[in-house]
Amino acid sequence: MQKNWWKILSFLLLVYTIVGGFLLDVPRLFILNETIRNLYFHVCMWFGMMILFSTSFVYSIKYLRGFNLRNDIYAHQYAAVGSFFGILGYATGTIWANYTWVTDQSQSLGNILREPKLIGAAIALLIYGAYFVLRGSFTDMDKKARVSAVYNIFAFAMLFPSIWIIPRLVGSLHPGSPGSESGNPALNFKDIDGRLRLVFYPAIIGWALLGVWITTLKIRLQLIKDKTLLHD
Amino acid sequence: MIKIVRKLQLLVACLCCTAISFAQGTSQPDMADVMRSNGKIYVVVAVCLTILIGLFIYVFLLDRKITRLEKNKE
Repeated sequence: MQKNWWKILSFLLLVYTIVGGFLLDVPRLFILNETIRNLYFHVCMWFGMMILFSTSFVYSIKYLRGFNLRNDIYAHQYAAVGSFFGILGYATGTIWANYTWVTDQSQSLGNILREPKLIGAAIALLIYGAYFVLRGSFTDMDKKARVSAVYNIFAFAMLFPSIWIIPRLVGSLHPGSPGSESGNPALNFKDIDGRLRLVFYPAIIGWALLGVWITTLKIRLQLIKDKTLLHD
Repeated sequence: MIKIVRKLQLLVACLCCTAISFAQGTSQPDMADVMRSNGKIYVVVAVCLTILIGLFIYVFLLDRKITRLEKNKE
């Protein structure tokens, strides 16, 4: 039980996220209106994804240092749950954008499809998708682990230009990009409201811990399956 | 020195004036105030909490099952 305190913490933080996230006061903003509360859910998915992918990256490096198959299983499962969080982030973003960009700002479909943040996130997720395809295409365990660990490092490195740097360089409708100053008076992280921080930061920790919990379950299951291969 | 302080005071006063007039010029953004005033928002909170608790119970049971599997293997 002493080892499981963070699971309880995750539960408590997420209960707080839902209660506080719906009931506490939020800043009144144009276009976003009440949907600013999606910050506690949509944005947390991406933060959770980044944390899980970073962990996966660390385990891939660990694998390449000692060639312990256990680390390969860790890296694989963290990347899998990270991608799942990314897909959830993308799906929630689609719904949110549908109401704030299309309905309220009457952006054309062309503008939405040209949106660099969406393209970047799609590229990042597809690169991780290729990671799983690559893993599936090997029959030799060691070769699979070795090549996919190297590929995982490349995929992690590609995250930064595709979702962090390029959307900020070229400007986009998405908050936090240069173009959003003119088109979208939305959330700017430089002056993100204190009332939002109060729920936002606990929400990130809560969602990330839930992701880690699910990952540990998947890892333990995989370890039981591969018991004969690991022989340790 | 005093002159600079005076100038700064004037500047701050001007900025305050423009800020106030700016605030008056814009109308308040729409929020779901009705939902809050008639208490329906609590229904939403209750539904989301139920889903969250159900999700956690599911993950917890899975956790216990895997722990049992691990013990059986050893």
